[in-house]
Amino acid sequence: MSQTTLFEQHFWKESNRTLEYYLQSMNGYQAAQKVLKEMSPDQVIDEVKKGNIRGRGGAGFPMGMKWSFIPKASEKPKYLVCNADESEPGTCKDRQIIRYTPHLLIEGLIIGSFAIGCKHAYVYIRGEYVREAKLLNAAIDEAYAKGYLGKNIFGSGFDLEITVHRGAGAYICGEETGLLNSLEGKRGEPRVKPPFPAVSGAFGCPTAVNNVESIANVPHLIRMGGDAFAQLGKVDKSGGTRLISLSGHVKKPGVYEIQAGSMTLRQIIDHLGGGVINDKKLKAVIPGGSSSPILSADEIDVVYDVEPLMKVGTMMGSAAIMVIHEDTDLVKLLMRITKFYEHESCGQCTPCREGCHWMESILHKIIHHEAKPSDLDLLVDVAQNIGGKTLCALGDAAAGPVISFVKKFRPEFEAYIKGQKIYA
Amino acid sequence: MEKHLSDKFYTAMKKLEPRYPTKKALILPALHQAQEEYGWLPKEVLAEIAEYIGVHAAQIREVASFYTMYNLKPVGKNHIKICTNVACCLRGADELMSFAEKKLGIKCGETTPDGLFSLSEEECLGACTTAPAMMANDDYIEELDVNKLNDFIEKMKVVKS
Repeated sequence: MSQTTLFEQHFWKESNRTLEYYLQSMNGYQAAQKVLKEMSPDQVIDEVKKGNIRGRGGAGFPMGMKWSFIPKASEKPKYLVCNADESEPGTCKDRQIIRYTPHLLIEGLIIGSFAIGCKHAYVYIRGEYVREAKLLNAAIDEAYAKGYLGKNIFGSGFDLEITVHRGAGAYICGEETGLLNSLEGKRGEPRVKPPFPAVSGAFGCPTAVNNVESIANVPHLIRMGGDAFAQLGKVDKSGGTRLISLSGHVKKPGVYEIQAGSMTLRQIIDHLGGGVINDKKLKAVIPGGSSSPILSADEIDVVYDVEPLMKVGTMMGSAAIMVIHEDTDLVKLLMRITKFYEHESCGQCTPCREGCHWMESILHKIIHHEAKPSDLDLLVDVAQNIGGKTLCALGDAAAGPVISFVKKFRPEFEAYIKGQKIYA
Repeated sequence: MEKHLSDKFYTAMKKLEPRYPTKKALILPALHQAQEEYGWLPKEVLAEIAEYIGVHAAQIREVASFYTMYNLKPVGKNHIKICTNVACCLRGADELMSFAEKKLGIKCGETTPDGLFSLSEEECLGACTTAPAMMANDDYIEELDVNKLNDFIEKMKVVKS
């Protein structure tokens, strides 16, 4: 099918990031103007609900519902915090939004802030995105200069400030409560929930935390209307388009956009990615960032969206697909993934802190041919005792790959244990 | 207490103060700003930030030590951080790391004796579709190969003189 895209056509050209381009070629700030002048906050939330927009950060939570959780009666300030921490391995789509269409994000923040009653929105951007933070700040300055930010925007009486807050290298700050602690000047350790951020988030106030792509979709959604936005999606309960980061062993890696649920994983790899490099055989696919359970080559005829992937025991996550060909040593790859989670575990919860360390040690033993056959079951046992037993999802993120790699590619682990060499 | 941080630091902080409801929220921006001036975060600087924020120095250290980007030890004038996470490793990051180690004559995690280069392994940088990638100081170098890596190192050697 021919794809309707909302972002991709504006990517990859530096001149597209200017306010001038945004106003002339993308109907810039018209949605915000409409919202501020003609709509009530409830109407905006209803429209977003109609659009069936699911969170683009990883959890896939319905965005309109998230906004509706913010208590209207609260006397406290309310905050909209944009999660631009983009740290799930494999993911690099939010970076393109910030680089090429920063005003979409700013306009989305204006609309979202109006909907939840926020007067000061924060963009928490990962520390490594030094250049991107500068670009975003430059775009914010342009918006202030035109009166799209600040006091009395479009003469509506609505005020909004936006501040970009840089992280400093911690995967866990992509978790929303870790992010909020980091914003407050603390270690980025996730919080005990409840209370959820909607009740007590940034600085103890009601807060909605949304991913960059989610927020940048809102101006599109308002412009075309919630129903039309929802219809872009080709599966139930999933509206709009999805930006996919396609990497690894494909001929044409890249950030691609498809209508939600309009392609299978195989079609994405073959049609968008051009197939596997050097015409090698496909071995496996990590479908939604490194924390999503791996799929073997015969499991990829699945519609690429939140619920279909959940049904086959994995997840869409941040829509980061990593393609793996036949010559790849999956034991070593799992070791690399596990090392990452071991490094990034914040250390608060014992199952995650100790468990990630033990999984890494066992994998180390396996790779060095020092493991006993029973160690493989021990590895899975440790993983199973992390999943679901931690404050945040990092524990599950670390456990999922281990369990799925061993389950689907057990002979490769056993070969190592037997002292056989499969790969050079 | 002797001042280590510049007027530029305090001006930048003053500008940011009204943008947060608490002063503690300025800790990360302050650490970034201080590191930009010093290249790393010596004890005296952490103490001065603590005094400015109004917390104990241990609290600043507690925060700073949580984040990998804050250098609590001196680093080389040029910091090469090669991503070795999944997408980059599928595209040959390990070979690039070996090359950098050999070229610089140091191991990952070390600094050259002349203080010109530090070499680190980096977790996913968010440049997966243009992997392998590295951070060269504040910039990304993407679709990295041995030639690009070699060129960067040679270029920075010249900048020295």
